[in-house]
Amino acid sequence: MSASLRDEFPLLAAAPQLHYLDSAATAQIHRLALDAVVRHETTRRANVSRGTYRLAEAADLAYEQARQTAARFLNANSADEIIFTSGATASLNLVAHAFGNTLKAGDRVLISVAEHHSNFVPWQMLRARKGIELGLIPVTASGQLDLARLPELIDRKCRLIAVTHCSNVTGARTDVAALVAAARKVGAKVLLDGAQAVQHGPQDVRALGIDFYAFSGHKCFGPGGVGVLWGKGELLAAMPPFLTGGGMIGEVTPQASTWAAPPQRFEAGTPPIAQAVGLAAALEWMVGQSWPQIHAREGRLCELLIEGLLRIPGLRLLGPEASAARAPIVSFEVAGQHPHDICQVLDAHNLALRGGHHCAQPLMAALGAEVCTRASIALYNDEADIQALLDGLGFALRELA
Amino acid sequence: MNEGNSLYQDAIKQFAQAAHGHGQLAAAAGEAKLDNPLCGDRVGVQVAVASDHITAIAHETRGCLLCRAAASVMGLRAVGQDEAGIEAITAGLEGMLKNEAPVPAAWPELSMFEPARAYPSRHRCVLLPFRALLAALLESRRSRHGDI
Repeated sequence: MSASLRDEFPLLAAAPQLHYLDSAATAQIHRLALDAVVRHETTRRANVSRGTYRLAEAADLAYEQARQTAARFLNANSADEIIFTSGATASLNLVAHAFGNTLKAGDRVLISVAEHHSNFVPWQMLRARKGIELGLIPVTASGQLDLARLPELIDRKCRLIAVTHCSNVTGARTDVAALVAAARKVGAKVLLDGAQAVQHGPQDVRALGIDFYAFSGHKCFGPGGVGVLWGKGELLAAMPPFLTGGGMIGEVTPQASTWAAPPQRFEAGTPPIAQAVGLAAALEWMVGQSWPQIHAREGRLCELLIEGLLRIPGLRLLGPEASAARAPIVSFEVAGQHPHDICQVLDAHNLALRGGHHCAQPLMAALGAEVCTRASIALYNDEADIQALLDGLGFALRELA
Repeated sequence: MNEGNSLYQDAIKQFAQAAHGHGQLAAAAGEAKLDNPLCGDRVGVQVAVASDHITAIAHETRGCLLCRAAASVMGLRAVGQDEAGIEAITAGLEGMLKNEAPVPAAWPELSMFEPARAYPSRHRCVLLPFRALLAALLESRRSRHGDI
């Protein structure tokens, strides 16, 4: 990427020697997002939906404008379909509890082997609470959801399919159209965990034809501690609250309470106000980017990396070899070398990568790996980052032998 | 660019390679498995105990070089120790890593982990085998004495 774009990210601008290849864990914050947080906290800091003084009105306005921006980023029908949460994990847990409470024993939720633990464990907990059946879409040898197995997994008992938009380990993209078509035949709803997809451009939830979409701000150049759950209005309206407390009620009497309409019904307590404002600045910036060009560049870097990795003896690539089938996330294992050791040596070469099971142990088991090293590419990466990684890997493998 | 990394000294690689104590015991008085949630590394430890002292130890370790080297030191040195001795060594090792405390004198090989002081996320890699051993000893004590 051009130096000028890299310079828009304060941490990268201040650390020109850093090769940051862990954006799948946390993307760097864009200057506009950081500025928006500081501006909000220094000029509009007040609670929302509670005060009538001018400062509180300004905070209200900024927060609700952030909701509108998130709605535009997702092409949602209405800002009322946007719920601010603390992150994708909270968004997924919200659905597992609130939508989950509308399910009954024997209903089926279908997830996949490729899920991050945050879209796996909440459904296991729901199974324990409600007696639902939990189905698992297997993955192919290259880590893609094996949708050929859908016919045997989906029937009228299936109420929800909740899967990743693209894997945080292999980058494998999900064939959403096929999934939605299968779901509609039996009346099931579809939730996408978009945590890894949002970093690579705005999404269109209406074109996707889905019912819920979850993502985190820190993975799309915004602040940490904020995320979004989008849900179709009629679905949200039919769901009971998850967390309860201030701001989400209609009326509380000593005997009982009633609930506010969505989205407030699902935003108990003080929300992450400045973080939402910062996230909106990041999303607004993203909407203004030229994504076909960015995708082409990310794809080239991904191909360059995969080509280089495949030349390393003893290295096994996880996931699809074709870069078109994956987001620019590339995981690999090297025979006899542990990812923590590899990443530790790479760090000495100013390379930031993650090693481990990536909170996706069922997927790792399905791919026949215990742990792996992951490089994730974002729009601020360039050829120098990829070459540094390939050079650093050569050094690391010699150092650790 | 830093061309070296003192963390990965030859001693660590040699201890990891040697894997002292790797395997299983035919009969164990206590055993435990512990995971490192950060990376999924796992150490399983079995101990045989007589008169409150370790008479045999075996471990199965899946992990990074630091974890495997630490397990190897443990496998080499633990026999003859009692639970209090292992507690003291573990506390000494943790103090060395986290608080700049000196290397536990009784197990001088642990000095090879001194460079890990600079990497807090790796401390649990080094400590995991020792914590698994303590858990195995606790189980052994429970089964022998019924106390907690």
